Amino acid sequence: MTTETMSNHDAHAEGHEHHDAGGMKIFGFWVYLMSDLVIFGSLFATYAVLMKGTAGGPSGADIFELPLILISTFLLLFSSFTYGMAVLAMNADRVAQVKAWLAITFLLGAGFIGLEIYEFQHLIHEGYGPDRSAFLSSFFTLVGTHGLHVFFGLVWILVMLVQLQTKGLNDMTRPRIMCLSLFWHFLDIVWICVFSFVYLMGVL
Amino acid sequence: MSESHSAHGEHSHGSVKSYVIGLILSLVLTIIPFAVVMTGALAMTPTVLIIVATAVAQVLVQLVMFMHMNTKSDEGWNFMSFVFTVTILLLVIGGTLWIMHHLHLNMMIG
Repeated sequence: MTTETMSNHDAHAEGHEHHDAGGMKIFGFWVYLMSDLVIFGSLFATYAVLMKGTAGGPSGADIFELPLILISTFLLLFSSFTYGMAVLAMNADRVAQVKAWLAITFLLGAGFIGLEIYEFQHLIHEGYGPDRSAFLSSFFTLVGTHGLHVFFGLVWILVMLVQLQTKGLNDMTRPRIMCLSLFWHFLDIVWICVFSFVYLMGVL
Repeated sequence: MSESHSAHGEHSHGSVKSYVIGLILSLVLTIIPFAVVMTGALAMTPTVLIIVATAVAQVLVQLVMFMHMNTKSDEGWNFMSFVFTVTILLLVIGGTLWIMHHLHLNMMIG
């Protein structure tokens, strides 16, 4: 244990530039997330302005199914937790555990996307697609943009699973897993605002 | 052990305990607003207040417990950029609602 600690220190001192580069990458990704937050903020503002513009079509209270949204919320929340477990496994250098937690996170995220696709398909089938009213246009844009982000997060998880298989945990893959961690938690935080201000407020 | 932990620096923060606490708080803060809305137990104003309060609380819980945001990492630039973004968000969302509401009243549409 002591020698491991020592070698860790040495590795840290020697690989200082690498470490800083990794930290810089993660900070840069954080700045990207902040700009992404402004995009979501604009979409929320658009939705807030247009939500009463139902043009004789359905309002939120007519079409939102809260039990479905509650299940989606739990799926995304638990996936955020399981991703946290993947980061802890990475810090403990347990690559097999990292892969297992990433795989569970992927399944939960895929369940979330599956429910969203079902909801959208159902609405469009009923004739309540994005072309029906200003309310539905802004609703599909806001929730769809979030869903698209989750979809790309799923693709990214798959890429990381492949890279962990081929490269293992190193100075290249570690910062990537940390960036993806920020991305995934960020999407859960945006979803909190979506279910609160779109769905829950929408059915009042 | 604690030394080797700190050697990894700012990227190895968090523990099983902090994630579990974050998860439990998030679950509670999700169930409360859903229960209030789905049972319709309260009047309009308290319901809206509960939705807003639990949403803000859960965002903060996840920022701290899951994303480990604090005022120290990267010499505070993480936090500074977040504060800047929140300012922009308040301007964009607040400004939009304010202007569009007045426009709506003045145009007498809908």
